[in-house]
Amino acid sequence: MAVDMGKLRWGELEDDAEDLDFLLPPRVVVGPDENGVKKVIEYRFDDEGNKVRVTTTTRVRKLTRARLSKRALERRSWPKFGDAVHEDAGARLTMVSTEEILLERPRAPGSKAEEPKVAGDPLAAMSKAGAVLMVCRTCGKKGDHWTSKCPYKDLAPPTDSFVDKPPGAETIASQSGTGKGAYVPPSMRAGAERSGTEMRRRNDENSVRVTNLSEDTREPDLMELFRTFGPVTRVYVAVDQKTGVSRGFGFINFVNREDAERAINKLNGYGYDNLILRVEWATPRPN
Amino acid sequence: MRPILMKGHERPLTFLKYNREGDLLFSCAKDHNPTVWFADNGERLGTYRGHNGAVWCCDVSRDSTRLITGSADQTVKLWNVQTGAQLYSFNFDSPARSVDFSVGDKLVLITTDPFMGLPSTIQVKQIARDPNEQSSESVLTIKGPQGRINRATWGPLNKTIISAGEDAVVRVWDTETGQLLKESDKETGHQKTVTSLSKSADGSHFLTGSLDKSAKLWDARTLTLIKTYVTERPVNACAISPLLDHVVIGGGQEAVHVTTTDRRAGKFEAKFFHKILQEEIGGVKGHFGPINALAFNPDGRSFSSGGEDGYVRLHHFDPDYFNIDPIPVFLARGGTLKNEDFVA
Repeated sequence: MAVDMGKLRWGELEDDAEDLDFLLPPRVVVGPDENGVKKVIEYRFDDEGNKVRVTTTTRVRKLTRARLSKRALERRSWPKFGDAVHEDAGARLTMVSTEEILLERPRAPGSKAEEPKVAGDPLAAMSKAGAVLMVCRTCGKKGDHWTSKCPYKDLAPPTDSFVDKPPGAETIASQSGTGKGAYVPPSMRAGAERSGTEMRRRNDENSVRVTNLSEDTREPDLMELFRTFGPVTRVYVAVDQKTGVSRGFGFINFVNREDAERAINKLNGYGYDNLILRVEWATPRPN
Repeated sequence: MRPILMKGHERPLTFLKYNREGDLLFSCAKDHNPTVWFADNGERLGTYRGHNGAVWCCDVSRDSTRLITGSADQTVKLWNVQTGAQLYSFNFDSPARSVDFSVGDKLVLITTDPFMGLPSTIQVKQIARDPNEQSSESVLTIKGPQGRINRATWGPLNKTIISAGEDAVVRVWDTETGQLLKESDKETGHQKTVTSLSKSADGSHFLTGSLDKSAKLWDARTLTLIKTYVTERPVNACAISPLLDHVVIGGGQEAVHVTTTDRRAGKFEAKFFHKILQEEIGGVKGHFGPINALAFNPDGRSFSSGGEDGYVRLHHFDPDYFNIDPIPVFLARGGTLKNEDFVA
């Protein structure tokens, strides 16, 4: 870019770049390969007039089955116009959200039954006796029916608090103690003194690492395999960000340490999907 | 689902429109450039340059060759969809608020805002096949309603014009004579400004969204109120699913309050309701400003929302969306199923 122009105003930059475009090597598109990874290599001038190479790596994913009409297919090949002609390679106008957005379903009043509200360690209570836990929150009857099956639920006053996430171990702390609106710091919430020690134990100590998994093994498969030993709070299989292929290891968190120990004893060296599993305690990451 | 985020506009979105086949998505915003996107992957196809003010509304002809846009720069412009070339510009003395092609694309309905002492109007113009023969003559001009007319659309077979706006009344006019045929009831109708109006795929009924925190479903011929969907936020946008018995409603607190409150308190979700049961079936979060525009893809398998935050979010539904059964929740809430609701 011309140096003798002195200070360049940003408004002029784009126009100048257009004029000098013929100096740049052409755009190269590599792929998409079998993993759907596409590389686009483009060249442009930066603000100081240096030639820069911009490599954009994208993964192409099929989102919907498209049934396009003939006319629509024709429109696919229309040339860009307006501001879209000189679109900057780094502009990234269109991006796929990194966040998974779910259609959040509201809940029927009284159907929050899956959420354990029993004081103490609810999961320990569950392992003792199922019948005692079966307490209907609508009519208060014990051991007869679940809340969602309550014959008196039409008489119950409707609650307007919806649970956003499917109930898991984490939601207990955030649910309890918070009324509407006002923020309550985690340390002030009900059950805070419990969650500090107990949650840590759950996350770190009862975590089991499984290695030498086959590529086809997914989280539900591991869940199925390990559930037989006791309640599992989390199953995770490491997946390659780029290719979507399993990296061959995963973690399972048990509620009880004894269950985890039994799982290790039983499954270490167990043949699974023509590979021999290695199951061991997951050493907590040094912080 | 992972929505596709399209950040082509610098200012809040005002309107979204799919073409008939559902492969193109047109977006209007308060910046001056209406934009067209590929509706499957969100790639930008082009922009229509020429407006000098906020663009409030647009419509695309059935064969996807012509685009019409109404803008606050007091013009309505006709564009070639493929090239982005401006074909014609209708000039007005006040900002244009809504535009709508008739069935057959031979007429266009335009509403203008009250401005500098001029009252708001509904105007009908003819669209010439050849843009060189286009005239700016109005075939029909209707004056009467007080305040802004936010939306006007054609009734069944172009015989009537349906309008709604700041005075919260939904009106039906005769296309030939310009006479007022029907008016919504003040008691049962909306209590505050009607912000949006969206027709069903077959045009037999339509949905209006209002700042009174409700959306109402009306019969397009008789203007009888069929259903009401109550929510807890002002409604800026609404749409009817062409595939399932769903409606989607978007809105949120006014933009001036956004910075002072939490994102969750703003209720910037798109809320899905069951059209017949009037029961909420879900919410889709994501915007960090009120939702100003909503549109369903004509195939009903995706929808897009445009927000005050300047983003268009394109959502392709997950498979489980199509299997939502609202009846258990409805019954648990004490609803009773009525036979007439399910008779086609």
